[in-house]
Amino acid sequence: MSREEIIATTKRFLSEEFEIEESLIQPGNNLHKTLDLDSLDYVDLVVVIEENLGFKPTSDDFKSIQSFNDFYNLVEKKLA
Amino acid sequence: MERRVVITGIGIYSCLGENLNEVLDSLKSGRSGIIYDEKRKDFGYRSCLTGFVKTPDLKPFLSRRERIGMHEPAMYAYASTMEAMKNAQLDIDFLEKTETGIIFGNDSTAGAVIETIDKVRERKDTTLIGSGDIFQNMNCTVNMNLSTIYKLKGINISLSAACASGSHSIGLGYLLIKQGLQERVVCGGAQETNLYAMASFDGLGAFSIRQDTPSKASRPFDKDRDGLVPSGGAATVIIESLESALKRNAPIYGEIIGYGFSSNGDHISNPNLDGQHRSLNMTLKSANINPSEIDYVNAHATSTPIGDATEAEAIFDVLGGKVPVSSTKGMTGHECWMAGASEIVYSLLMMENNFIAPNVNFENPDEHSAKINIIPEYKEHKIDCFLSNSFGFGGTNSSIIIKRFKK
Repeated sequence: MSREEIIATTKRFLSEEFEIEESLIQPGNNLHKTLDLDSLDYVDLVVVIEENLGFKPTSDDFKSIQSFNDFYNLVEKKLA
Repeated sequence: MERRVVITGIGIYSCLGENLNEVLDSLKSGRSGIIYDEKRKDFGYRSCLTGFVKTPDLKPFLSRRERIGMHEPAMYAYASTMEAMKNAQLDIDFLEKTETGIIFGNDSTAGAVIETIDKVRERKDTTLIGSGDIFQNMNCTVNMNLSTIYKLKGINISLSAACASGSHSIGLGYLLIKQGLQERVVCGGAQETNLYAMASFDGLGAFSIRQDTPSKASRPFDKDRDGLVPSGGAATVIIESLESALKRNAPIYGEIIGYGFSSNGDHISNPNLDGQHRSLNMTLKSANINPSEIDYVNAHATSTPIGDATEAEAIFDVLGGKVPVSSTKGMTGHECWMAGASEIVYSLLMMENNFIAPNVNFENPDEHSAKINIIPEYKEHKIDCFLSNSFGFGGTNSSIIIKRFKK
């Protein structure tokens, strides 16, 4: 999956799951704040990532993610 | 000092309508909410009859986080509670700063549990269930969801008492307020209607199989009744101390004056005349009124042969044969965990609008129902005081008396 495809795919399922405008998902924006995640939401984030991308991120993976760019990097690494 | 307890908000989401106005029209016209559900046939149900209740779309009202822990019971209950809160002139800002409790009747979450377990069977990984299911799966799902959404600060418990759950929720809320332990309590009952909720009940052969004419299937007290029809939705009854209601200048729909209860301590599913006598006598004693002061009885009568016969005898023994009686279950089917609360709402609408809703499909009495005064058609009638019965599996009985409010 190319980076463009990763951005398009994740934008679609994240906006759908967390009910936010796709336009708010920008590479430099903070993922946690943009998706307004509380402790329970991380459980759902794992579920939608597994459903749509086929891997389960760990809690350590989330610690390394601040921006959506960080998230795209993680996805690229996991799918490589 | 014991306090007076009044009803300041009611809301309904049922097969007769999705709000009080729609339900009032149905009650007056005797409209049935029962359908034949083809999916039940394929699933293996003996009877495919059910009350039809749409799944409410709550997206315009609640955030994703607020909705994610809701399955049918909580969704229905939010719909009815939203209406009750509006009628009671209560909002979250007020509720957050005051003491309001919640005691909601609910006795199953079958649909939610099965959907969750199906996910685990398929994915073989509990971490892929998602965060909302646990709050849908627990029997206190209505309480958990509503208390957090409305920021309620008082008592917070779910009440499971089979088909008397809704009635007992109001009864226990009444006792807490009467004794000065709570100022205001959100009471009610919720009942899921999905394919899974009633399968085991259907397996007992207790449901009507008059499937060619769904609107004629539920026939409380009629000689030719052949079983109940399952149904559901939710009803909310907000109760409050009179002092608090007057201080807020809240609308008052009625005053609760009596609550009686009993346990049969007998068979797990069969009704028991002695248990019903005790519940009826306790509520009369608690209300400190004579049977002749009751203007209307909303019967539990579900359209089962033995249940209706027993209740007819109990009403005759305790209240006599003159008081007008109807069971709204001819129109609604049996709303089970919700019924005790919804039938209080239906009866309050009758009291407010001076009529008795018909006991539809009552064409011929049997030897038991012939003893009491069943009202088969819409009747204009002034109700100043009514009694509502609810009885459930396990032999739990509840009887509530409500009168028109006078200062």
